Amino acid sequence: MTSELEFFIDPSRCIGCQACVQACAECGTHRGVPMIHLDYVHRPTGVQTAPVVCMHCEDPTCARVCPADAIKQDDEGIVHSAAKPRCVACSNCVLACPFGVPKMKVDFDLMMKCDMCYDRTSVGKKPMCATVCPSGALYYGTREYVAEFRRETPVNEFRFGRETVRTKVNMMTAPQMKALPFDVADFLPWEGQDFDPLSLARAGAPDAASSSVWDEESLPGTCGSGNCACKQQPEAAAIAN
Amino acid sequence: MNERNHLGLIGGAALALAVAGGIWLGSHGLRHFDPAVIGYALGTLLAAFAVGYRFVTWAQRPPSRMYFRRGLQLLLSRKQSTGVAPASATTPPLHHSTTPPPYGAGTLGHALATKFVTQDFIRRRSPLRWVMHVCLSGGCTLAFAITFPLVFGWVHFESLPGNAEIYTVKALGLAVDQFSVHSAKAFVMFNLLNFSAVIVLVGLVLAAYRRVTDAGELATQKFFEDILPLLLIFAVTVTGLALTVSYKFMAGRGHGLWALVHMVSVVALLLYIPFGKLFHIFQRTCSLSVSLYKKAGQHGPRAHCRACGEDYASQMHVDDLKVVLDQLGFDYRFATARGRVHYQDICPACRRRLLALNQGRSIGR
Repeated sequence: MTSELEFFIDPSRCIGCQACVQACAECGTHRGVPMIHLDYVHRPTGVQTAPVVCMHCEDPTCARVCPADAIKQDDEGIVHSAAKPRCVACSNCVLACPFGVPKMKVDFDLMMKCDMCYDRTSVGKKPMCATVCPSGALYYGTREYVAEFRRETPVNEFRFGRETVRTKVNMMTAPQMKALPFDVADFLPWEGQDFDPLSLARAGAPDAASSSVWDEESLPGTCGSGNCACKQQPEAAAIAN
Repeated sequence: MNERNHLGLIGGAALALAVAGGIWLGSHGLRHFDPAVIGYALGTLLAAFAVGYRFVTWAQRPPSRMYFRRGLQLLLSRKQSTGVAPASATTPPLHHSTTPPPYGAGTLGHALATKFVTQDFIRRRSPLRWVMHVCLSGGCTLAFAITFPLVFGWVHFESLPGNAEIYTVKALGLAVDQFSVHSAKAFVMFNLLNFSAVIVLVGLVLAAYRRVTDAGELATQKFFEDILPLLLIFAVTVTGLALTVSYKFMAGRGHGLWALVHMVSVVALLLYIPFGKLFHIFQRTCSLSVSLYKKAGQHGPRAHCRACGEDYASQMHVDDLKVVLDQLGFDYRFATARGRVHYQDICPACRRRLLALNQGRSIGR
């Protein structure tokens, strides 16, 4: 029996290479339009990037605020792009999504969003972005693999103030965490504050490019970097998909 | 039974009664009603009830209700300076200014023309898909525009006394046209349904081609939503054409059977409309409200992101969405030591940045 494949995101590993953006557009359900978001967190002060795919909420806010009933969640929990006949391009979903995922394609009068490459994942393949991500920021595989080769722990619960959102996609956080609480106070400008709070973004290269992540000693058990000459490259089999 | 269902039943009954009343009045107390088409009429009444029920229950959902109310408010408001009452006690008032609103009948007419008649947005999505959709929607609309008045007894033909080759067209009991059965006009009138069937067939072929070749559609299509409506329309079209073939080329052989099968397929299609994909015909009326809403939003106060300060939406949209979220039971409010923040006041791009910042902080990077 094979373990279920899941999506794990670790934005702190992102090196901003844009490979995911290019690959995303190749997906059959995306029709040449990349659905992944890759934003600089604060370009004037650093190069930190934030890759964001749809988290596929258990109770998707985007679908609930859709006036045309155009956003559907399937039995596997995938929240799909707006149904083409129904979408009225109102942008309710774009504004309501707590993760900022849906994209309004104004030319098409249509909302499109990440559907975890449904044409691929529905037949057991990896999403395009996870297939090409070189740093492991976007990983699609088994929970067992993540538990063995990552220091962080995946959570799928997010706290936005009073609202708790549970998702199908996992976010890597500190080992002791059960949920990721969002802090907004430290990242918003307040009266009397004399600095841009978004400048709290990491200034230098992401950890994925430094030894803190790729240091062999930091990884339990065996080499998982794929960069060394040893025969033990556990990611190779997973990437082959 | 909850209020939405209750209102839905009232809406369904009202629409079915309106259709029944229309049949009664339009056919002069059923005098011009053809008993041979009673199956179609009953199917239409059932479908009308279901469409009314589904439409009202759908329009009662908080986001749909907000758009319909706002659409009506915007359409009926003559001047923004007079102020428009809130759509409900929980709906923020429209924003005021001293200029006349740039939205109204003109915007509505433009939206009707581009979204329902020319369907321009589909052409921008894909020209081939646009041709397909225009063929299907145009052909079906033409067919329904011919058959509904005939079935309801609103339009019927009478031959002149003493000259069976001259037909008089009577609409609601009034003679509106007269033609010889051998004229070109007669040929067109008698074959309009066949023409519509050919147009629909072209659309069906293009739709089927797309359904079997498009990787995205192949992955996401569902039988009930995407395949069944095509099969139903195909059944109606082919059995309708079979009736013509039967009486034109086969001396009426099998006509009774084809007539029965055609009626069953038409009633099945009518009953599918409220429950499946074709209900978008009615749901897209919401796009008219959205057009007015967007126009008003462009000219009204703008919302600026609480984090980056960028203009990201109309303030009306953000305020309305907060109300809708509350009605749906979502509460994205933060109570911090430094003040209160609603996540709706932060733009989508900054929400993505906050995701990375909070995740990075959680793991000390």
